Amino acid sequence: MNGVPLSWYLILSAILFALGAAGFMIRKNMITVFMCIELMLNAVNLSFVAFSRHFKTIDGQIFTFFVMVVAAAEAAVGLAIILTVFRNRSTLQVDDIDSLRL
Amino acid sequence: METSFLPTAAEYLRLLPETILIVSGTILMILEGLAGPRNRKNLSPLAIAAILAAMAATVAAAGNPGPAFNNMILADGFGAFFRMVVLSAGLLAVLCSSSYLTREKADSGEYYALLLYSMTGQCLLSTANELIMVFIGLEISSIATYILAGYLRDDARNNESALKYFLLGSFATAFLLYGVAWIYGITGSTNLEEIRRTLLNPESGASPLLTGVAAALMFIGFAFKISAVPFQVWAPDVYQGAPAPVSAFMSAGPKAAAFAVMLRVYLTAFPSIGDGWQTMIWLTALGTMIVGNFAALTQSNLKRILAYSSIAHAGYVLVAVTAYSDTGTAAAMFYLAAYAFMNIGAFAVVSHFSRTGEKYVELNDLAGLAQKQPTTAALFSLFLFSLIGVPLTGGFFGKFYIFKAAIDSGLIGLTVLGLLSSAVAAFYYLRIIVVMYFHEPGDTMDTITSPAPGIQIALWTSALATLLLGVFPSFVLDYATTSAVLVR
Repeated sequence: MNGVPLSWYLILSAILFALGAAGFMIRKNMITVFMCIELMLNAVNLSFVAFSRHFKTIDGQIFTFFVMVVAAAEAAVGLAIILTVFRNRSTLQVDDIDSLRL
Repeated sequence: METSFLPTAAEYLRLLPETILIVSGTILMILEGLAGPRNRKNLSPLAIAAILAAMAATVAAAGNPGPAFNNMILADGFGAFFRMVVLSAGLLAVLCSSSYLTREKADSGEYYALLLYSMTGQCLLSTANELIMVFIGLEISSIATYILAGYLRDDARNNESALKYFLLGSFATAFLLYGVAWIYGITGSTNLEEIRRTLLNPESGASPLLTGVAAALMFIGFAFKISAVPFQVWAPDVYQGAPAPVSAFMSAGPKAAAFAVMLRVYLTAFPSIGDGWQTMIWLTALGTMIVGNFAALTQSNLKRILAYSSIAHAGYVLVAVTAYSDTGTAAAMFYLAAYAFMNIGAFAVVSHFSRTGEKYVELNDLAGLAQKQPTTAALFSLFLFSLIGVPLTGGFFGKFYIFKAAIDSGLIGLTVLGLLSSAVAAFYYLRIIVVMYFHEPGDTMDTITSPAPGIQIALWTSALATLLLGVFPSFVLDYATTSAVLVR
């Protein structure tokens, strides 16, 4: 295989995943938090595709398709949940969602 | 590899339970659409029929165990056991739901369809033999459960419950997936048995460190689903906010399935790094038992008490997983079956009590229940005694087998600490019984009628199963022991 070595893809994927994970914990807006999760999933996809190319097998690419389909389903449900929360509370800040406490 | 692309009839039979659930769920959705929004009917009898059919299919499929669809799933005795646990949990949840939904004016087919879909995912998880199936099963189960947690969408607490479950659940799934990607990178395969072969082969050059990191990433995903420390924070909020029958189901079905898949992945694919796993699970088991039991002491909301109790029970099962032996696996299987019945039984009482806006789910609302409804109080006490682990109940034998397996594996310290923490647990369960039997009835008692038929059936079935497992445990344990060997 010529061109970009495998490790570069993996490092990029790790950086993207870490950015997503950090964003999930730091950001306060629900939509942004949700986008951070999508970023993490796509970082994983990058790893799968890179490994798949490295091994010259198709399994990783197939896995990527499944991840994409599931992420789409998750987005549909997740955005609907965020929408109902917004309707009931008129806020998108995660910190305001705190009625279930002792 | 020369294989025919067309699956054989036996392979279709091995996937029949899931097929029945999916098809019935879709039929329920279509019926709902045809009826129109104005005449929504109670479609629970159809859901019950579908679950019973899926149970029959599970028994039929267990008669001819084996892999199906190019090793994607492995319908063996272990899978059949967990399919039955999940389906029983679902059946009891449906029985509790119908009167609850009527009361909330939210009767609909889609609720039952979502329950069936969620069970489909969990049945797939029980039989998954490939990391792709693990992921798909987990997501089918989770996405349906996210919606169920927020099912009463005009209720702010339901929304909040769904939002928390959804955000944290997808976050944990991302870690699981990243672990899967690394396992694929290390071994070049996603099939559990091939992963095992590659990792055990010294010439493959698989680094134990990298494998350990990947396994740990996957463990984060599983630990979230079973609400193990430190990924348990979502559980009390989600169980409290979700509709009571959904909490009942969530605390039993998805948890059993997550344990099933964790055991299978851990035992089948990763024996090469068993020691590292064991240390990690040892710590998690201890933390989970302690956090669950001590946090429950200060709660006053019944749903939160049961949520923390379900965290603690996940800790006991983790003790069995730590034992890392066939007896440990069998003990975990037995415990999850017993736990499903006793916990859903307890939640059935809560579903009977809870009303819109979460009225009557405080501990004090149960005051004097024994005078007004002696049967309900007696059944609730039975479930609580089983959760404590009093002899003649399923909970007792479950705990007994777990700690026996732990001692056999030389985990003396963990056993002692586990038993001590379960002694602490007796306090908060007994407190509920004291309130029911020794406090004067309050105002709430006048507004509560006797349980609806569905809840009655769920209560008596759970009670019967709890007692049967406590008096004749060997039926289930023998089956668990023979099938525990299969995942090794």
